[in-house]
Amino acid sequence: MAKVLVVTSGKGGVGKTTSTAAIGAALAQAGQRVVVVDFDVGLRNLDLVMGAERRVVFDLINVVQGVAKLPQALIRDKRLDHLWLLPASQTKDKDALTEEGVGRVIGELRGNCDWVLCDSPAGIERGAMLAMRYADEAIIVTNPEVSSVRDSDRIIGMLDSKTVRAEKGERVEKHVLITRYDSGRAARGEMITIEDILEILATPLLGIIPESQDVLRASNVGSPVTLNNPASAPARAYLDATKRLLGETVPMLVPGERKGLMNLLLGRRAA
Amino acid sequence: MDSSVGPTRQLVRLRGRSYVAFVFSPVVPIVGWLEEIDATLARSPDFFVGKPVVLDLSALDLSQSAIVHLVKSIEQRNIRVLGFEGVDPAQLDASMPPLLTGGRHCAPQLTVAEKREAKPQATSLLLDSPVRSGQTVIFVEGDVTVLGSVSSGAEIVAGGSIHVYGTLRGRAMAGVNGNSSARIYCQKIEAELIAIDGYYQTAEELDADLRSKPAQARLDGKIMRVTALT
Repeated sequence: MAKVLVVTSGKGGVGKTTSTAAIGAALAQAGQRVVVVDFDVGLRNLDLVMGAERRVVFDLINVVQGVAKLPQALIRDKRLDHLWLLPASQTKDKDALTEEGVGRVIGELRGNCDWVLCDSPAGIERGAMLAMRYADEAIIVTNPEVSSVRDSDRIIGMLDSKTVRAEKGERVEKHVLITRYDSGRAARGEMITIEDILEILATPLLGIIPESQDVLRASNVGSPVTLNNPASAPARAYLDATKRLLGETVPMLVPGERKGLMNLLLGRRAA
Repeated sequence: MDSSVGPTRQLVRLRGRSYVAFVFSPVVPIVGWLEEIDATLARSPDFFVGKPVVLDLSALDLSQSAIVHLVKSIEQRNIRVLGFEGVDPAQLDASMPPLLTGGRHCAPQLTVAEKREAKPQATSLLLDSPVRSGQTVIFVEGDVTVLGSVSSGAEIVAGGSIHVYGTLRGRAMAGVNGNSSARIYCQKIEAELIAIDGYYQTAEELDADLRSKPAQARLDGKIMRVTALT
């Protein structure tokens, strides 16, 4: 049985889609069978980030409404055999999603892969609600900004009350993923600190992704950053986060706190 | 009806009034349908007490004797029949309830009276998880204790005092029932708003020295006193 993981945040523009693509690709690279589902009906983007926009025939809404069968709508990634995309519709809106329909699609996906990653739309309305509805685990993507942290807090509250698991009295396992972390601004004290974020959200940390041009470059060529440039700082941070998701213990690196090359070379000078 | 002849002639006044009544629509076999009624009565014996019903027989084609028998069967179960719908007037004689017309649909409130045992009312509410942004906790019966933080954008409303074993970043309103002796305690005060018995203070008015420190708030007459908890 697959684990259903929702990637959500409340606030827009924090990196949900980027993170879904990066972690989905990293999981597939680790040998897991992964389906990434775009729930942002009407404003779909995951197909672009995954580089599958020219191969979309059927979408989530078609499957929810029974127009198409699930295997017809799934797009297999060209680079990874274990990675599929279920795109959103760009012409419909979120009202076209029904709870029963989404439940049926998620149920069908559960039996056929190891991970179902749901890329939630921003906001707390129908689209976001249905993306988290059937989740077993959740990644809450947060930027080191007060507004983003507060929205994440709101979403955590909803994960604890509005999901099927919560209604059955079970827990949705939650992880905080801090993205767009700017070490320069952090050093100058211009960002809310990681300790403060974790204190407010009272939720375990999955990883810290540094702000980087590599993310933008990867999106532009339609490739998850973990595939496009696996050696880059954000890709390594996503790969570490993915390992933690799979239960491995990986030391947490705060971007910018590593010693620079000169420090490494000169750090051992005898007193 | 018959106006008695008196010295002064009284006018007969007619007034319209409408009532809500349950409508029964029996289906064949009648015996099976009556068993359903019995099952309902077994669950809640007082369900139809004081609630006369209307029989809608439009789905059935019953003879006069069958109608009489049906009415008797229903009345044996202590349900009074107020009238009929969907029956040929010729089938009803004077001894039977009258034919009603012009009924309209409405949604009666089916409140089955639940007999609850009187439990002693809880006077405190314990929350052992953080209160998140957007959540509101209302407990007018007494104190609220939170083991965790109250986030910015969250709201606690209590009839009694509020205790927060964490950071209070949201709003806390204590003593909402007019309890001016209620207090607010927290391990770290960064509240957006605190209120006791309707008297409130916003974050701006909070003493900057107290911020992020353990504090309590109480009401002194009409003045909110926020002091450090040592």
